[in-house]
Amino acid sequence: MIGGTRPASVGAIPRAVLVPALAGLSLLLLPVVGLLSRADWSRVPGAITSPEAASALALSLQTATAATAVCVILGVPLAAVIARSRPSIAGLLRALVTLPLVMPPLVGGIALLALLGRNGLIGGALDLAFGIRIPFTTSAVVIAQAFVALPFLVIAVEGALRTAGTSLEAVAATLGARPWTVFLRITLPSIAPGLLAGTVLCFARALGEFGATALFAGNAAGVTRTMPLAIYTAFNGAGVSQDSAIALSLLLIVVAIAMLLLLRSWRSERAG
Amino acid sequence: MLGTVLATALILSSACASPGSGDDERRSGLRIAAASSLSGVFDELARAFESDHPGIPIEPIIYEGSPTLAAQIRDGRRIDVIASADEASLTAISAQLDGEPVAFATNGLVIAVPAGNPAGIRTLADLADDELTVVLCAASVPCGASARALLRSADLSIVAASEEQNVKAVVAKIQAGEADAGIVYATDVIASAGALEGIAVEGSDEARTTYPIATLTGAGNPSAARAFVSWIRSPTAREILARAGFGAP
Repeated sequence: MIGGTRPASVGAIPRAVLVPALAGLSLLLLPVVGLLSRADWSRVPGAITSPEAASALALSLQTATAATAVCVILGVPLAAVIARSRPSIAGLLRALVTLPLVMPPLVGGIALLALLGRNGLIGGALDLAFGIRIPFTTSAVVIAQAFVALPFLVIAVEGALRTAGTSLEAVAATLGARPWTVFLRITLPSIAPGLLAGTVLCFARALGEFGATALFAGNAAGVTRTMPLAIYTAFNGAGVSQDSAIALSLLLIVVAIAMLLLLRSWRSERAG
Repeated sequence: MLGTVLATALILSSACASPGSGDDERRSGLRIAAASSLSGVFDELARAFESDHPGIPIEPIIYEGSPTLAAQIRDGRRIDVIASADEASLTAISAQLDGEPVAFATNGLVIAVPAGNPAGIRTLADLADDELTVVLCAASVPCGASARALLRSADLSIVAASEEQNVKAVVAKIQAGEADAGIVYATDVIASAGALEGIAVEGSDEARTTYPIATLTGAGNPSAARAFVSWIRSPTAREILARAGFGAP
């Protein structure tokens, strides 16, 4: 642990630091300003209410929700196992979980094809035995999204679990609570803020997922064309469709901001 | 590497990211952008051109779907010559064209299947089978527009398992075995070197694609750009194009 001398106030930061800090902030925000300036506002309402946009948004919300549910169901137990493992094993598990984070999503898409594609390690057998083909289906979208989003949830929840510690759980256990009771009544409530933050991050990542989806799930309207793929498709078309790419981008940003605001209000309600 | 990092930091901190003040400007060779379906053959053309014109080096060719290339050019990407798979993409950037585009090659559509044709596909109508996974180009890119014209004239409608943004992505999906068939250019099948099999489609002659090429205003190298555009209609270039399966306009 770092023993702490912290600067007394923000004013203690050297002035010169402000220059790169501002440049950093500009790097994050100016592209959005550019997007807003490029939007043809007379066409925005038409573009975001078009049947294509509605279908892509609905598909995005459905798949991102499903992927987030998968991540919570699989990720919380995984995080619990990591948090309660011996340090050496926890370190290894943590590194493995982080792998999809450092892997470019396109590589993730190729990896998913290699596993679940028709000639894949498991996909081939699934096709032969049950006639199940995963690529080009909505399930493939959910799998791709869960693959890229799961690390966000696991890392957030695992961090929360380690911070919460095990003392309360130990007390409950000595008082005779069964492991399931401890997990549901003590562990989960103690990590609720971390779990919520992780869930929102996970949802946001799933909502924005593009690379793995494009390769593994393909791009078909109503089946696998989520918002990012609809934006890419519109952007690649000539002429008018570029305006709708910008309008769809704005719509996706608004949805993401709405998610963040929901989280904030929920958190401040709990805090207040 | 370090130079790129420093240059990026400089651009950001001085907030003067004008278009073109990046990698593009330092280069001196001819910058050529070509439709995805010209992948490979343009590398060969570039090498032949360079040996005919020792003083004019060519930068690595940029391959993308034609509308994507047009969008990049409109957004300031510095390109000297564009070879498109449709006229619409060039019409979209007509203000940046230096003179009229000229046709230099044609291409026809075929049904592509994995080698050996495991699904036993013979005609366009066979693709309508729901059991088959068929991949097409998106309607917004030239190969997709032509494929749809072909299907319309045959009075067929096919639900594509995926609509790809360029023809090479369709080729890749068939080659990987994820799709049973797709509609691609005859040249893509030749370029696959035996991995794909092409099935001729009746009526595809009416849906032939013509490739226009044009130089762009603001080309860093206008004379070299014009030299390339006139050279591409020379017998040497024709022969290379013909070997790859492209027809004469």
